[in-house]
Amino acid sequence: MVKASAAAQSLEDTQGRPCAKPERPIIEVRGLNFYYGDFQALTDINMTVKRNQVTALIGPSGCGKSTFLRLLNRMNELIPGTRVEGELLFEGINLYDPHVDPVDVRRRVGMVFQKPNPFPKTIYNNVAYGPRLHGLKEAKNLDSIVERSLKSAALWDEVKDILHQSALGLSGGQQQRLCIARAIAMSPEVLLMDEPTSALDPIATSRIEELVKELKQSYTVIIVTHNMQQAARVSDDTAFFYMGRLVEMGPTEGIFTKPQKEQTEHYITGRFG
Amino acid sequence: MSRHSLASRHFSQNLAFTMFRLIMLTVLAALGGILIYVFIHGISAISWEFLTSEPTNSMTAGGIFPAIMGTLYLTVGAILVALPLGVAAAIYLSEYATDGRALRVVRLGIQNLAGVPSVVFGLFGLALFVGYFHLGISIAAGSLTLGLLILPTIIGASEESLRQVPSTFREASLGLGATRWQTIRKVVLPAALPGILTGSILGIGRAAGETAPIMFTAATFYTIGLPRSPLDTVMALPYHIYVLATAGTHIEQTRPLQYGTVLVLISMVLGLSLVAIIIRTRMRKTKQW
Repeated sequence: MVKASAAAQSLEDTQGRPCAKPERPIIEVRGLNFYYGDFQALTDINMTVKRNQVTALIGPSGCGKSTFLRLLNRMNELIPGTRVEGELLFEGINLYDPHVDPVDVRRRVGMVFQKPNPFPKTIYNNVAYGPRLHGLKEAKNLDSIVERSLKSAALWDEVKDILHQSALGLSGGQQQRLCIARAIAMSPEVLLMDEPTSALDPIATSRIEELVKELKQSYTVIIVTHNMQQAARVSDDTAFFYMGRLVEMGPTEGIFTKPQKEQTEHYITGRFG
Repeated sequence: MSRHSLASRHFSQNLAFTMFRLIMLTVLAALGGILIYVFIHGISAISWEFLTSEPTNSMTAGGIFPAIMGTLYLTVGAILVALPLGVAAAIYLSEYATDGRALRVVRLGIQNLAGVPSVVFGLFGLALFVGYFHLGISIAAGSLTLGLLILPTIIGASEESLRQVPSTFREASLGLGATRWQTIRKVVLPAALPGILTGSILGIGRAAGETAPIMFTAATFYTIGLPRSPLDTVMALPYHIYVLATAGTHIEQTRPLQYGTVLVLISMVLGLSLVAIIIRTRMRKTKQW
């Protein structure tokens, strides 16, 4: 209990600091608890995520950062026996309000997974999948969405001549950029990334990192990463999770140079995790 | 480890492998023996006329064309019955049903259905489709009965191949704001199609070869010309073999025709299995996950 209130206290400190953009944060989390059956995976999470920034979630394996990420587009409820308490406000709407349709949430909050998971379809059909789901049929519109999305994902030049070949023929890094293109073809407001480079080689990783930094101009990005250098390189804010609690959150530079909590310091200096 | 015990372990390994080889050769020899026997005795009866004309002279001459067509009608009918039902059941079992006692009971039921002797399906079809639904002894009643017979095969194969579709595909689709049904229709089913097709074709092979389910529900000794409606009776290859071998008064004279008919039936069933294997390998090549 003591730890939890201390964590909340430090959050208030970071919120109190003058903000570059005075507008309302895109995501606000208040007193969030999450359970897998009897196991409490997240305890009393309070957090705000700023618009058009990259927020990194870091912490050792099993700390709850991926679980938290998957709460933001209601993917966790696909697992039977899960339960959510507290408020998770997205643009002021509680995502877990009974009137909110998870299908609509997932349209507005896109996700890129740990392992590249393109469909066994053509490159074009992978990107057009989302827009088609929502009724877009006209070839001209689809063409332009596909081109724009692939360009935003920095993949267009590599695939523009093979759009109608199978996506499974692409390299791992290309597949992951395709998955990013597929997600942004829906014009989501938030892009969730769950360790998007953990299955990729260093060159592919650095391309994705460059891309993440560009994407924040149009989207709010929340990225889970095991790699602290990656968090330092790409993110504006960093949140450190430990044992299902949000220990500390603040501007990335501050977290990495002057962590307020001992646990954070231990983790980022490599003493555990 | 001493030399002696290493040598003795090698010896027992060789002994075991030799035994397995012998057992496998026995099985293959039995299968090959049957096929060769049927081929040698049946090939002389096969001719263009045999495949395209009707039986004549109390079945002692002429061909088996109506029986080939009848088996074709019955198997197509069976697949039309069993494929939609079976795939729908498999989708429910694999994608919607949540684990629990009810699901276990349903699974057990389906497995047991697969073990029910085919003659029981025949009697059930006679009671339900021929009698209660007044379809009479007909292609329709026979197709429905055969459809039920192969339903467990199709459910089993379809469920298995649906389960093999990686869950990452489902997550990706749901993550893009697809409903579960959209996900099944646009991602899961297409990816599971090779397995479903293979299961269906194996089901077709079974349906084509069964005698007992159709003898009370569809098949007849002899028809004049081909059936004109699904409510007509029909000749069929397995039943034709049965009739030639047991019911005629000129069994010795029909012997070559029996083998010829068996050869045709076996070729049809093996051909279908071959098609299943080709489709499966083709489709596997295009998907690596």
